[in-house]
Amino acid sequence: MTEVRSNATRIWLLHAAVIVLLLAGNFLLPEYHRGMFSRALVLATYAMGYNLLFGYTGLLSLGHAMFFAAGMYGAGLPVYHLGWDVPLVFATGIAAAGLLSLAVGVLALRTTGVAFMIVTMMFAQIFFLATLYFTTWTRGEEGLVLQPTTRAIEFAGNTISLSDPSTRYLVALTLFAIVLLVSLRLVKSSFGRTLVAIRENEERVRMLGYNVFATKLLAVVFSGLVCGAAGAAYGLLFGYVGSGFASSQYSILALLYVLLGGAATTLGPLVGTLFMFYVIDYTSGLTSAYLLLVGVVLIILILFFPKGLLGTIREKWLPWLP
Amino acid sequence: MAAVIPLIQTRALTRQFGGLKAVDNVDFNLESGKIHAIIGPNGAGKTTFVSLLSGRLLPDSGTILFDGQDITTMPAHKRVQVGIAYTFQITSVFANLSVYDNVALPVQRRLLQRGRVDPGALHQSVFEVLDRVGMADHAHSKAGSLSYGHQRLLEVAMGLALQPRLLILDEPTQGLSDGEIDTFIELVREIARDATVLLIEHNMQVVMALADRITVMNNGKILAEGTPSEIRANAAVQEAYLGGGDV
Amino acid sequence: MAFGPYFLLATLEGLVTASILALTALGLSLVFGVMRVVNVAHGEFFMLGAVLAWAVSTAFAGHPAIGFSAALLVAPLVVGGAAFLSERLVLRRLDYNPEATIVATIGMLYIIQQLALTFYGADARPVQAPFNVRIQLPWFGYSGYKLFVIAAAIIVMLGTWLLLTRTKIGLIMRATQYDRETAQAFGIPVDRVYGGVFALGAMLAAVAAVLVVPTQQAHYLMGRDPLLLSFIVVIIGGLGSLRGTLVAALIVGLSDGIISVFFSPTLAKMLATALVALVLVFRPQGLFGVRTR
Repeated sequence: MTEVRSNATRIWLLHAAVIVLLLAGNFLLPEYHRGMFSRALVLATYAMGYNLLFGYTGLLSLGHAMFFAAGMYGAGLPVYHLGWDVPLVFATGIAAAGLLSLAVGVLALRTTGVAFMIVTMMFAQIFFLATLYFTTWTRGEEGLVLQPTTRAIEFAGNTISLSDPSTRYLVALTLFAIVLLVSLRLVKSSFGRTLVAIRENEERVRMLGYNVFATKLLAVVFSGLVCGAAGAAYGLLFGYVGSGFASSQYSILALLYVLLGGAATTLGPLVGTLFMFYVIDYTSGLTSAYLLLVGVVLIILILFFPKGLLGTIREKWLPWLP
Repeated sequence: MAAVIPLIQTRALTRQFGGLKAVDNVDFNLESGKIHAIIGPNGAGKTTFVSLLSGRLLPDSGTILFDGQDITTMPAHKRVQVGIAYTFQITSVFANLSVYDNVALPVQRRLLQRGRVDPGALHQSVFEVLDRVGMADHAHSKAGSLSYGHQRLLEVAMGLALQPRLLILDEPTQGLSDGEIDTFIELVREIARDATVLLIEHNMQVVMALADRITVMNNGKILAEGTPSEIRANAAVQEAYLGGGDV
Repeated sequence: MAFGPYFLLATLEGLVTASILALTALGLSLVFGVMRVVNVAHGEFFMLGAVLAWAVSTAFAGHPAIGFSAALLVAPLVVGGAAFLSERLVLRRLDYNPEATIVATIGMLYIIQQLALTFYGADARPVQAPFNVRIQLPWFGYSGYKLFVIAAAIIVMLGTWLLLTRTKIGLIMRATQYDRETAQAFGIPVDRVYGGVFALGAMLAAVAAVLVVPTQQAHYLMGRDPLLLSFIVVIIGGLGSLRGTLVAALIVGLSDGIISVFFSPTLAKMLATALVALVLVFRPQGLFGVRTR
């Protein structure tokens, strides 16, 4: 039992250390890299939401961009058109993603395997087309630019501007840290155990008395909420809301980050996102066709490293890694 | 005779696959508190029959009552919640999870039904179950790394952890060594003190050692039913099954 | 123009769309039917066929028919070769695991598309039709080439159908589709069959693309719509059913023209996608398929 205890301690220490290191990054990173990290932290949060469903529950969605974008539009549209406050629209963004994931989950979870992948891809495609179709409000591909004045929070007489680089980094980190700790808590809980068991053998879980459909639906909604929070934060922090974020490419990116970092590892999404950010940054001098790189990495991963970076490390050296 | 409500009662239960009637118009009563065995040649419809009881399959016609309540169309997970546990014929423990997690899954579901899952209570219940089947030492091994015999035991432990009123064991001793079978017989006897056991079994030695009553199935129908000695003496059974050189 | 002639024109245009679509979807359906692989890169094989058609036809001087004929021969062969190679190098190593192969074909989609962008560029380029004949109907003139497209598609489909039903290769393919393990036990080289089927599927898309480029320009993003439409056709027709695929292609092709009269293209695509998603959710065997156990 002492081994179990010390593992738990080790796990909390590791996650705390990661958060502290990232916090230090705000003061140590050069401006350019701090900007990169701000974006990567928000997208890593998105990937963590995806990981809950894909990594832990074993449901491979090809349409998560719709939840990210639902959060983004759910927050961005009321700011842009109605001038609502930042905290309020952050909530409406999350709510929009939650409702969408509930509706999509109820329908898509009637299918399994390949059909689930295609159905989620198609629902996301409909959402993407809708962002183009309702161009009066969304301005389609061109998108909406949220002015810095609309992206400020009045707090105790002070104005906190989300367009300030340091604030932006800290807000992104706060969101990331909260989601990281909540997911860690979740995957170590009874609910997390049930999700993993569903991934391993759904029929057996049903025969232990679980309502598998309801459990999976809960996982879809939870995943949708996290992705929506990331989408809302992305729009508010970087001041832009466009249909590109709803395109299939963003669904694939979530899959890529998670596969690369290691599916069903709590820190995998962060590792995968940062790794991919810097690979693309590094090669951007060589080719503008960065999607080529995405394609190559996807195939290499699926062929040779299906467990990803942290998944391989866990298998070989650190079996206690959550 | 006093009218005791049977724990399970089926009326005209039928399930077809294509043109084949795997379970054909079966009327069956299961008395509470007994060990009841179903025997019969391969393809007699035994597994289909218990799958109908556990809800893994739905019948084409007929009714199933559990403790007087109609559960014919009740989804499988609800049946588990009212007290029908099913252990799989083919071992299907969660191979990638620890033994502890395998048992924690049914325990936490049971605790959840009564409210919150308290970590302390969970831990205690899991080890109670593991102690009962003598596997506490293996709690932190991966289930997939256990010997076959231990995996079968774990399968039963998962059923036990649900604290069912009816435990359906589908060929639990298949592939076990003689020594393991003896342990198993003891375990089932002990389980039967709290729960009714419905056993599908090919090994006649196990059946004769355990069963209070035996039902013989053939071609989807009930061929005979009675105490072990009645079944032994039944000529039709001899011909259809026991005489087949199986025993 | 009166309604009758207008309807005739819309039907003819619909038939052209349906022919191209049927060829493309047939390739996707074949690959899914035999290999149980969902090829998300199918639209890119279509695009590759079109881009190659441009490259080959512009390499030949003289009468456009020479370049076009060369393209009709070369483009499908090159695309088939590329598909065969990717099957050998990637899909086979994944043991055709359905989920892993989808992820891999998504990777292939990006690679092919971005290579086309890098080497062919972002411009849309036309390919000259092999002949320029207008067939004068009483009400309007109609492109003879488009009628040729319909005829060619029918011939290719007949050929494919004969290949599947009347030849030993077809028998082997159907046996593999029916039961992979048994086929293997009977000495059928299943993995070579798979390589062949994947190449054949891609070649059908490439033929469709070569046929379509004289009426529509070649562009590196042109694989998107054929992919979506093929998915629609294959799903509505019932996954893996060739007859269903043909019927669905006709319906989708013919209705495409009519729908676009009433709805904007974006809305039409939204509705079509929603319809197909709901078919998959509620009737996974397709609208015309029979539910199997």
